[in-house]
Amino acid sequence: MNRSLSWGETLITAVVKTCGYSAIVFVLLIFFFLLREGLPTLAEVKFGELFSTRWYPIEDHFGILPLVTGSIIVTVGAMLVAIPFGIGTAVFLSEIAPRWMREILKPLVELLGGLPSVVLGFLGILLLAPFLRNFLNLPTGLTALAGALLLGGIAVPTTVSIAEDALDSVPQGYREGALALGATKWQTIWRVTLPAARSGVLTALMLGIGRTIGETMAVMMVTGNAPVMAVKFSSIFSPVRTMTATIAAEMGEVANGSTYYHVLFFIGLVLFLISLVVNIIASSVVFKSKSRAERVLS
Amino acid sequence: MIRRFSLDRFLIQRLGISLITLVAFLTIVPIIAVFAYIIGKGAPAISWQFLSAMPRDGMRAGGILPAIVGTFYLTLGTALFSVPLGIAAAIYLSEYARENWLTRLIRIAIINLAGIPSVVYGLFGLGLFVLFLKFGTSILAASLTLSIMTLPVIISAAEEALRAVPQAFRTVSISLGGTRWQTIRRIVLPQALPGIITGVILGLERAAGETAPILFTGAAFFLPRLPNSLFDATMALPYHLFVISTQVPGMPIQIQYGTALVLIIFVLGMNLTATFIRSRARAKRQW
Repeated sequence: MNRSLSWGETLITAVVKTCGYSAIVFVLLIFFFLLREGLPTLAEVKFGELFSTRWYPIEDHFGILPLVTGSIIVTVGAMLVAIPFGIGTAVFLSEIAPRWMREILKPLVELLGGLPSVVLGFLGILLLAPFLRNFLNLPTGLTALAGALLLGGIAVPTTVSIAEDALDSVPQGYREGALALGATKWQTIWRVTLPAARSGVLTALMLGIGRTIGETMAVMMVTGNAPVMAVKFSSIFSPVRTMTATIAAEMGEVANGSTYYHVLFFIGLVLFLISLVVNIIASSVVFKSKSRAERVLS
Repeated sequence: MIRRFSLDRFLIQRLGISLITLVAFLTIVPIIAVFAYIIGKGAPAISWQFLSAMPRDGMRAGGILPAIVGTFYLTLGTALFSVPLGIAAAIYLSEYARENWLTRLIRIAIINLAGIPSVVYGLFGLGLFVLFLKFGTSILAASLTLSIMTLPVIISAAEEALRAVPQAFRTVSISLGGTRWQTIRRIVLPQALPGIITGVILGLERAAGETAPILFTGAAFFLPRLPNSLFDATMALPYHLFVISTQVPGMPIQIQYGTALVLIIFVLGMNLTATFIRSRARAKRQW
């Protein structure tokens, strides 16, 4: 064979191979830089202080618990919205709606998924927050509830899209078998189709949660940003502040290399590890039936 | 007895299906309302002057040209880095990689890249590009940050498109004496191109709408001129919308809706282009 050709071939193979490994390199780089800038926190802030309930950096109080509880309450609230609405809509599109309706509505729901979160935050400030304030008679509409509703709206397209694919890939024979045995359409959906699509539906929920915890702009704009402990049920009606919003709102004002700066990177490290765990669970054996491409693209 | 039983379950079926339909209705109607509302409120604000003029009076008047141009530059910059890298990585995974632990590790890394919160990308970009590599708050640093965020979407979409090309195409090319790379470049890539382009556009669409990753890496609060080098900071549509809706008191509501609409047109225009390319390629495909 022509020598220059095989040289080119070797070169190309090397380049392509290097690019192939890039994803690993980037994950490691991100982890490394978060550690590099975040770990000094543990030397500068006492452990007990870091996991205390007071976030007031101006007076060197760096308790991250209010931010963690803020993230949790907003995420749980969002899932309470996204689970019924996301799965309900997926079941409707896949099992109940006529084909032409599905062809129109599914892209429409996915279009919402493409909407930048800052636009949803903008609408949250202008429409949702004033509505909640008047409707529930609150001092301010910028609350954990507003954040949860908005984040639910952000998680719904992801959930609908993946759950609908999972339901759609259940073999038609399963449904026909159930119907032939005398089950009603509802019994077929509830006892046959949904259980058969279980792993895909669970993946959809995990990825919905993943998007919710990491969401930044919409949450920062509508939750009121008060770093208070959110541990009571009534906290849902008061302002909270999430981990993501804290980083986004405060990083611009801190001096590079200060303790404050290191603590913000430490929060980023916590978020990174949470997303790592969520994604590894979502891609583990239980959820294996879904291809990676569908998950990343959702 | 039997009659009663069957009545009950048909009643349950009726209730259940009505409930699901109601839930779907409650999900879909607000989506339509959101789009209709922004278009209705934003359309009157959009004029040639709004699109082509610099902001004036502390952004309370004039146009949003620097934000539009900035978002265009950032999207272009993101494409320059992430598209070649992403497609090459996809070629590796689809055409070269064997199923071993290293390949599995690459796949896990891609899933995790896709799941990392956008604000964490912002921190990473600040740490690596802005401070460590000393690019400063710049278009370069912001584009690189957005590229890494976009990479998993492009790799996954491109790999899927490459894998969809039938194996027989490769076998025939190799049997005619083509090398592996010739087969990829002349046979597989052209066939997979529409799918790859669709994935690339969907990835870039996400980058164009993101705010958190550019907050500390390249976004300027207010810069009433166009950026003139890679090392300039820039205004950008999503960040501008954030600024004028939360940081500037007395901001005319019309400008806010107008900016939101321009951003949506930018982002959803990309989305519709991708959908169009995909459906056209599907109609023309012969395998």
